Amino acid sequence: MHTTEPTNDQIQSEKIYRQMGLNDEEYSSVVELLGRKPNLTETGIFGVMWSEHCSYKNSKPLLSLFPVDGPDVLQGPGEGAGVVDIGDGYAVVFKVESHNHPSAIEPYQGAATGVGGILRDIFSMGARPIAVLNSLRFGPLSGNAAAKRTRYLFGHVVAGIAGYGNCIGVPTVGGEVCFDQCYTGNPLVNAMGVGVLRHDQLQHGRAEGAGKSVIYVGASTGRDGIHGATFASEELNEDSDEKRPAVQVGDPFMGKLLIEACLEVYQSGALYSVQDMGAAGLTCSSTEMSYKGGMGMELNLDLVPQRAENMSAYEIMLSESQERMLFVANPGREEEIFSICKKWDVPAVTVGQVIEEPVLRLNHHGVAAAELSLVAVCGSTPVYQRESIIPETVLNRQKESGLDWDVPEDLTDVFKLLIQTPELASKSWVYQQYDFMVRTNTSVRPGSDAAVVRVEGTNKSLAMSIDGNSRYVFLDPKTGGRCAVAEAARNVVCSGGRPLAITDGLNFGNPEKPEIFWQLEQAVSGMSEACSYLNLPVVGGNVSLYNETEGEAVYPTPVVGAVGLIEDNAYTTSQFFQKSGDVLFLLGETKEELGGGAYQQMQTGKISGMPPELDLEKERQLQQAVLENIRRGNVVSAHDLSHGGLSLALLTSCTEQMGISVVLKSDLRPDVVLFSESQSRILLSVSEEKESEIVSSMLQYKVPCVQIGKVVKERFEISFNGTKIIYSELNLLRDLWQNAIAMEMEFSV
Amino acid sequence: MMRCAVIVFPGSNCDSDLYKAANSVEGMEAEYLWYTSESLEGYDAVLLPGGFSYGDALRAGALASQAPVLKALRRAADSGVYILGICNGFQILTECGLLPGALHRNSGLRFICDTVNLEVVNTDICFTSGYSRGAKQIRLPIAHGEGNYTCDTDTLRKLEDNAQIVFRYSGNNPNGSLAGIAGISNSKGNVLGMMPHPERAMAEWMGSSDGRILFESLMMRT
Repeated sequence: MHTTEPTNDQIQSEKIYRQMGLNDEEYSSVVELLGRKPNLTETGIFGVMWSEHCSYKNSKPLLSLFPVDGPDVLQGPGEGAGVVDIGDGYAVVFKVESHNHPSAIEPYQGAATGVGGILRDIFSMGARPIAVLNSLRFGPLSGNAAAKRTRYLFGHVVAGIAGYGNCIGVPTVGGEVCFDQCYTGNPLVNAMGVGVLRHDQLQHGRAEGAGKSVIYVGASTGRDGIHGATFASEELNEDSDEKRPAVQVGDPFMGKLLIEACLEVYQSGALYSVQDMGAAGLTCSSTEMSYKGGMGMELNLDLVPQRAENMSAYEIMLSESQERMLFVANPGREEEIFSICKKWDVPAVTVGQVIEEPVLRLNHHGVAAAELSLVAVCGSTPVYQRESIIPETVLNRQKESGLDWDVPEDLTDVFKLLIQTPELASKSWVYQQYDFMVRTNTSVRPGSDAAVVRVEGTNKSLAMSIDGNSRYVFLDPKTGGRCAVAEAARNVVCSGGRPLAITDGLNFGNPEKPEIFWQLEQAVSGMSEACSYLNLPVVGGNVSLYNETEGEAVYPTPVVGAVGLIEDNAYTTSQFFQKSGDVLFLLGETKEELGGGAYQQMQTGKISGMPPELDLEKERQLQQAVLENIRRGNVVSAHDLSHGGLSLALLTSCTEQMGISVVLKSDLRPDVVLFSESQSRILLSVSEEKESEIVSSMLQYKVPCVQIGKVVKERFEISFNGTKIIYSELNLLRDLWQNAIAMEMEFSV
Repeated sequence: MMRCAVIVFPGSNCDSDLYKAANSVEGMEAEYLWYTSESLEGYDAVLLPGGFSYGDALRAGALASQAPVLKALRRAADSGVYILGICNGFQILTECGLLPGALHRNSGLRFICDTVNLEVVNTDICFTSGYSRGAKQIRLPIAHGEGNYTCDTDTLRKLEDNAQIVFRYSGNNPNGSLAGIAGISNSKGNVLGMMPHPERAMAEWMGSSDGRILFESLMMRT
């Protein structure tokens, strides 16, 4: 049995509201807004709804910088996920969501419910989920005291994503994984969901029309995940393990049934509106739906299906139990909804109704458990303009040289070491645990720049990618922000897609620290610039702050999910070489830019100097040129140059049989040419007869273009100014590259 | 026209893939059939899809093997109706006893999604006759956590003697399966269970079209 709840006075005098995430000023404004002291349930509701996770109170002023509109945007930020038109009466729905803190303490469930949560955002919009991607960050897999735990976190996060995604039957088609010391205590787990709907299936989350039934659908409510959103909005510390009960537990089987039941309910026309119960569960869905509709809602909590005994109103409202949705039914159509849900074995029960008065009214055991003005809860969220300071350390680090070592004697050896760093090694150990083929629409699998998924019922495909290089952002947040957007779009272009829009996941430290807020401000400003220049509206996203352990923040880590439209399946392109004899072109300019790069990190164990610069006009020209040539059928393979530069791009374009013979000439150092991470560069392979067409087309677009060699069978050789600098059997290199992560995971002690 | 039923269990997730694949074969017509159906009258073939029926509760395929449609499935098997179980469908067929043996957790203890090389060992049954014309080495996708086939020595001998081993992993054995077994049939050859997914290999853009031959063979029923 639970103990008696604190009284309204105790909540104030003992400052119990602080445990629910409200600070003293916020609590005072709650009292002022209500004209009285809130009870425990009410305090909890304000606590979650005013958390950063739900209210964006620290990031709102910055997020308003993002361009959100575009000719194809059907739904921007504000609903479950963004929606963009793709023609033929179809639209794509996508969004990224973080599950960092849950994954830090309970990696399997934390990651699994991250996938479940983002999928509910997608199908709550009316779409069938067609793909999941993820962006992961961990500490180093070996070499420090925490490495064993890091391997545990990494292994279980991957298993959690696999366990949920594979079972629910949505392919996990792509993503990225990076490793750095700064993520040791606070790994990042961002999941991106993508769905497709017909325009007439688009759902909304507004509760309108007094008297309409409010129906609770899905799994029963338990004590898991209570105050998860608040937990997500504070720093991790040694007590965080005690927050394990704040982590939700996922049931992908129920998730699968819920998807099918919801999609069938949408088809029936019996539904008026819907929102998923994600962060802040029943609280967030009921208050947001009513507030958006300009109405109120009355709920009888006794009717809410419960899996634990004697749950209090506070627990019911704050639980983040998974696989639950809130429906508002069209009048008189409730029975249709019940019968569809029954067919799928999904519980569905009327728990209340929409009311005229704009309040949330909760009844529990026959008494009023809460009565809150929705204007107070949803319309009076505090907004903070945080202080921002450029840290001295950043300026000093930028002044350091990015290259203060001599050219290594044996570059083949250096290359072999570099391709085995977990950062650059093949991620096949990860993605082979994901079913990336289910639904049989995946035409480009994980391992290429962007994954490509066909849109059933059309001759079109969607290219999708998620990216972000936090080392660049750490060195210079503004440039890093621009690079993140540009790279995500470039990946999509390399697959033959016209980038439509992006979704962003902003993972930063504590915004109350001026130097952290400076990072956030600069990164968002860089991202906005790139989005405006490249015509990429931001249609939704997620902000995860307070990613700190014992006061140390992670690198500022904005990740960008981009989706592009491939207008004809025939344009679908991957990064992989196809035919021996094909000609290799390097597009773009290579400069001495090693700052924040994988080579610098390996050589010096740290990062310094400035990150690669990004000229948005050059980027746009490059993307247009490559897309145009792909559409003309001039391109066999296209690969964006990123981590590890040209040498890595060459290796990762090779297949079991297809290698390269490359001849480089330059005034730069050979290691710079191999490993520089200069932006706006793409590697193409084209058939011999298209060679001259590529050259003249690139001239037209003013894109620097050099023929650097050919695709050959089974060898991997690069010469520089007449000397061979990398020479190896292709299979040897590929084995090292492909097995490195498995070796770390299975043989590290 | 060959009429096929694709059985949908709660948690099946390759049902639509199988439906699309079968309907893309000329002369074949597939429809969905809910797991509560008590009759399979009028169907020439029954297709059990992959996925996670009942969320793999208890054991993969264990609960689905008790579903109402299974009674009808046993009768259909007896009367010579063609039955194909893929991945979770194979697990259901071993759980319900229509095929011998069991599928354990992969030896590496991880889910594996990949495209693998297979040898078509028996090209004499209706599902595989088409492979006799070309190379018996084919490539099909796999995606499973519990595909490690096992059975006792007597059963293995019987499977070998009766030519019931239909597919074997060729080269690398991805999941530790006994004798590299990837798919087996019953002794009459009208029930086939396999871990690889032919429905995921219907066209070159998918990475392989070797799965199409299986559906075409079934359609020809030679």
